[in-house]
Amino acid sequence: MEKTKRFQKYIFIALWITPVITALVCIGIGRYSLSFWRTLEILFSPLLQHVPHIEITDMERSVVFGIRLPRILLAIGCGAALSSSGVAFQSLFNNPLATPDTLGVSSGASCGAVIALMLGMNMIGVQITALLFGLGAVALTWTVSKVRGQNSIIMIVLSGMVVSALFEALVSLMKYVADPNDVLPTITYWLMGSLNHSSYSSLLLGMPFILAGILIVFLLRWRLNILALNEDEAKSMGINLKAMRLFVIVAATMMTAASVSMCGKIGWIGLLIPHISRMLLGGNTQRTVPACISLGAVFMLLIDTLSRSIMAAEIPVSILTAIIGAPIFISLLRKTKGGTQV
Amino acid sequence: MIFSVENGSFAYKKEEILTNLSFSVESGEILAILGSNGVGKTTLLRCMMGLLPWKSGRSTIDGRPINEFTSRQLWRILSYVPQARGASFAYTAREMVLLGRSAHLDVLKQPKQKDLDIVERSMEEVGIIHLAEKKCTQMSGGELQMVLIARALTAEPQLLVLDEPESNLDFKNQLIILDTIRRLAKEKHISTIINTHYPDHALKLSDKALLLQQPGENKYGATAEIINEENMRCSFGVNVSIPDFCVDGIRYNAVVPLSIVS
Repeated sequence: MEKTKRFQKYIFIALWITPVITALVCIGIGRYSLSFWRTLEILFSPLLQHVPHIEITDMERSVVFGIRLPRILLAIGCGAALSSSGVAFQSLFNNPLATPDTLGVSSGASCGAVIALMLGMNMIGVQITALLFGLGAVALTWTVSKVRGQNSIIMIVLSGMVVSALFEALVSLMKYVADPNDVLPTITYWLMGSLNHSSYSSLLLGMPFILAGILIVFLLRWRLNILALNEDEAKSMGINLKAMRLFVIVAATMMTAASVSMCGKIGWIGLLIPHISRMLLGGNTQRTVPACISLGAVFMLLIDTLSRSIMAAEIPVSILTAIIGAPIFISLLRKTKGGTQV
Repeated sequence: MIFSVENGSFAYKKEEILTNLSFSVESGEILAILGSNGVGKTTLLRCMMGLLPWKSGRSTIDGRPINEFTSRQLWRILSYVPQARGASFAYTAREMVLLGRSAHLDVLKQPKQKDLDIVERSMEEVGIIHLAEKKCTQMSGGELQMVLIARALTAEPQLLVLDEPESNLDFKNQLIILDTIRRLAKEKHISTIINTHYPDHALKLSDKALLLQQPGENKYGATAEIINEENMRCSFGVNVSIPDFCVDGIRYNAVVPLSIVS
C-alpha cells in the first residue's frame, strides 16, 4: 500500500515535468535549431537583462517568441483539451469509444470554420464562427435528444450522430461549390488540422475556453467515475446528475470547439490518449484525468514538431496522428489484451 | 428514524402499477417486498426513493417528505444497493466502494484519508477486504454484490434499500448476503428494505413483509402472518406447505412449493 502510494507520487511528478521538458526540447527543433540550454536562455532573457554575458540575437528572439512559442502553447492547449474532453465524454456516455466528435461538436465547429473561410474572413473571424457553430451544434443535439423533458444517454448519442452527419454534409456542399484554385485548398488543408496559424491573438481568444474546460474536468475528476454508473445508481450517490452532465458536456464542448477553431479538425487524440492512460493507471478517472491532460499535451507537441520538421512542407496533423496513433494503439491493445477493459 | 410510504400510487401511462400503498420501517427493522415477476417491485423501490415520482402519495423520513431534502441530504440517510451488473470501466473494489462517500463530499472536493478509512471499515464489515485491489470487471456476481453493499455502507446510511441482492447467486453466497444484511440491521440498527423472489428468505430475514399483488390487493404486516399458504397461493399461484422444525434447539420455517394452482 505504502509502496504503491510512493510510486503514484513519482508518476504524478513525472506527469508534470514531462510536458515542460518536451516543450523546451520542441522549441529548439526546426530549421533554425537551438540547444536545450540556449532555448532556456532565450526564454528567460527578458528576466535576465542585467546579466551581461548573455547575448540574444534578434533572429533567435523572433524565432522563439514570434514563431515557436505560440505554436508550442497551442499544441499543449489543444492536446490537453482534446484528450481530457475525450476522457470526459467516455465517462459521461459510459462508453470507451465515445470521442469529442460524439455530440457533433467537431463537425459543427468545422462547418462554422469553413463558412468563415468561404466568406474570406481573417483567422480571428474563422475562430469565432467555429466556436459559435460548435456550441450551436451541441445545443441542437441537446434539443433534439429531449424526449418528454428528459435527455437519455442513448438519445443524446443518436442525435449527436445525426447532427454530426448534417454538418458534415454542409461542409461537403461548401467544398463542392468552393473555388478550386483559391478557397478549396485552404479549406481542405484546414480540415486536416494544422497548427501553423498560431498567433498570440488567436491564443488569447481560444485559450480561456480551453483552460476553463480543463479546470472543470480536473476539479470533477473523481466524480466522473460516478457518471459512468447507470442512471439510478449515479443519482443514489447523492449528486445532481442533470447538472453534472450538463457541466461536463459544456466543459468538454468548449474545449473541443476552441481547439477546432484554432487548429482545425484533429482526430485520434481524444480516443488514443484516454485509452493509454487507462491502460497505464486503471479505470479511475481521479488518476486518468491528470494523466490525459499531461500525455495529451506531450503527444500533440511531438506530433506537431514532426509535422513541421520532417519535410520541407508541413504535413497535416490529422494524417500524422492517425499514422502514428494507430500502430501505438494496436500494440497497446495487444500487449494488455484490451488491458483494463472487460 | 422512521421511513414511511403514505398512499403511494404509480401508473405508466394509463396502466396502474402500484395502488395506494402504505408501509413503514423503523430503526433496525427489516421489510421484505415480495411479489411475482412484473408486479412492480423494482418500480416500487424507485418510487419510494424518489428516483421515479409517485403519481400520488409520498415517501417520508420522520414525517418529512423526501422531496424536501436536497439530494445530498437524502442520500446520506438512504442508501441503495442495485442488482449487481457488470461495469464497463475497470474500477478496483476499493475505488468502487469509495464512490459511496460522494454524498458526504462537496462537489469539487476529492476524497480524503478519513474517507479511505471509512471505506476500509465497511469493506471489513462485509468481509471483502481481501478483494480490495480486485477489478470489479473480474469479479463473480456474489463478490460484486458484496462490493455494492460495502459501497452503500460507506454513505453511513440509516436505511438500506436492496433490489434482489441474492438473485443470481449460488447457495452459499445467498446465505452470506442474507446474514450480512441481518447483522447490519440488528447490530448497527440500519433499517432495511429488500426486494426478494424467495418467500424463504423473507421468513428467515425480515420482521415485516409486503406482498404485492394485483393493484389494490396488497398485503402488509408481520412476516409470519403474511407468508402463509393462502397468500402464497393467491399471489404466486403456487400451492405451498410451510412446515416448521427444530434443529439443535433453533426453530426454522421453510416454504416448500407443492404444485402449481391449476
